[in-house]
Amino acid sequence: MAKDQKSYFLYLENVHKAYGNKLVLDDIDLAVNKGEFCTLVGPSGCGKSTLFRLILGQERPTSGSVMVEGKPVGYPNPERGIVYQKYPLYPHLSVLDNVLMGPRFSAGIFESYSRRKEMRDEAMEYLKRVGLENHKDKYPHELSGGMQQRVAIVQALIMKPKILMMDEPFGALDPSTRENLQIFTLEIWEEFKMTVFFVTHDLEEAVFLGTRVLALSQYYSDGRGKDFGRGSKIMFDVALAKRANATAVKDLPEFRGLIQQIREEAFEPAHLQHVTRFNLKHPDSFQTLTDEERKDL
Amino acid sequence: MTRFPNFWGLHAEPPKWLRITLTLLPFILLIAVYLIASHIRLQDNPDDKFLPSPAKMAESVYRMAFTEDQRTGKYLMLEDTLVSLKRLGTGLSLAAVFGLLLGLNMGLFPGLKALMLSFNIFLSIIPPLAVLPILFIIFGVDELVKVMLVFIGTSLVIAISISRTAEKIPREQITKALTLGASQLGVVYRVILPQVMPILLNAVRLSVGASWLFLIAAEAIASTDGLGYRIYLVRRFLAMDIIIPYVLWITFLGYVMDWILKKFVSWKYPWYQVAEV
Repeated sequence: MAKDQKSYFLYLENVHKAYGNKLVLDDIDLAVNKGEFCTLVGPSGCGKSTLFRLILGQERPTSGSVMVEGKPVGYPNPERGIVYQKYPLYPHLSVLDNVLMGPRFSAGIFESYSRRKEMRDEAMEYLKRVGLENHKDKYPHELSGGMQQRVAIVQALIMKPKILMMDEPFGALDPSTRENLQIFTLEIWEEFKMTVFFVTHDLEEAVFLGTRVLALSQYYSDGRGKDFGRGSKIMFDVALAKRANATAVKDLPEFRGLIQQIREEAFEPAHLQHVTRFNLKHPDSFQTLTDEERKDL
Repeated sequence: MTRFPNFWGLHAEPPKWLRITLTLLPFILLIAVYLIASHIRLQDNPDDKFLPSPAKMAESVYRMAFTEDQRTGKYLMLEDTLVSLKRLGTGLSLAAVFGLLLGLNMGLFPGLKALMLSFNIFLSIIPPLAVLPILFIIFGVDELVKVMLVFIGTSLVIAISISRTAEKIPREQITKALTLGASQLGVVYRVILPQVMPILLNAVRLSVGASWLFLIAAEAIASTDGLGYRIYLVRRFLAMDIIIPYVLWITFLGYVMDWILKKFVSWKYPWYQVAEV
């Protein structure tokens, strides 16, 4: 049963994406409310980044619709901010200039000049917020990986996007830096009341951060037979209660239990859950299955 | 423990004195061989012109560079150098600007790439010297044709190299600039262009050699001044005492141009790790 698409911030229905003959995404249905912190996990190669690019408007689905605020997704624009794992910053600009990029582009050349002091002060405020005000004149390659990601987050934040899209942003960082940035991300999510769409391959990260955890996987079964070249579906979609931003939660048994459950259902190639028995408990979750798919073989 | 060898093998670690000696060795050998050969020939025939002695070359350089020419009242070597550098500089600068703009747009806009890249590669393979006669017909035999030959010989290669570089810029950078409010042209000219500048200058560095080739060829065929003209002029009198210093001078000019560009890149674009060549 489809939902009322206008009422959701993000709405995808029947989305398929194929590259040549290879189907990557197979009938994705997803409705996301404003303010949600969505994390998307899945085994490598399941199409997480493909889904990410579709929502961003960088690619178009082979079929199906992707809507943002009730309108078809356009090209990438300032409503959707991004933070990537790789290429977080522009190598030829200093930290401050990287942060100022957005404001300068939006203001245009003349206003960038007339309002330069104001814009600079605002950028410095943001840099102070992440403790990097003393590094403003450095080039990205002079910063550590964690610092680069903090600048990248600030660079996106200063545009006050409606949704912050993050594609494995902390994947290359060491565990303690990573944890710091996770907490920082939760803090800014609360402060800016944004929607966040966070792609990761790290289950612990997904469960720790998200108010809603989605798992995308190609390991499932349906009525289309064993040898059908299936793409990934969302096979796990649950709401998580808002917790304190403390990493201690990571040691709780419920936390570990949930991780274990997702690992088994989505990451275990031998564990083929049938499409009708997916764990889609989130109230906004919906599935548009064909009769053929519903069949149990 | 065995020490690493000084010279042989993959593991060699030549100490500093040896590295300097090895660097200088081929130069010293070349000079020595020349001096010996020249000495032997001059002993046979003091009027031999083929391998002039250093003293004879110094005398000629003095005459060409530091005495006014009786006919024109100018210092010929200075005049030749300035004229040639002007032609070379004009041609190469135009080629750099043209190559940058064409390459950037070709590399980033898939439509333009489909339209122009293959054609561009086709044109770049035409040997510029083979079409020189046509250029003479189109552009005449004055300054323009020399500048055009340098331009044609280098601009297309630069454009292709810039287009390849622009193509390799990660898609993510472009998407991100769009989410930061950049327009499509903003992405091209305010995000990507500054990043390919050092690569452009390196492409120009690699083209310096080729531009001298084209310039000297054009000057040799149709000119009344310039370094290439002079060399081909005095060749009629087998004036090796002028040709050799001129060749060394051209080499030196090329080397200085290369060095200036290299230093400029590492000064102006500190974020770009220049591969030391």
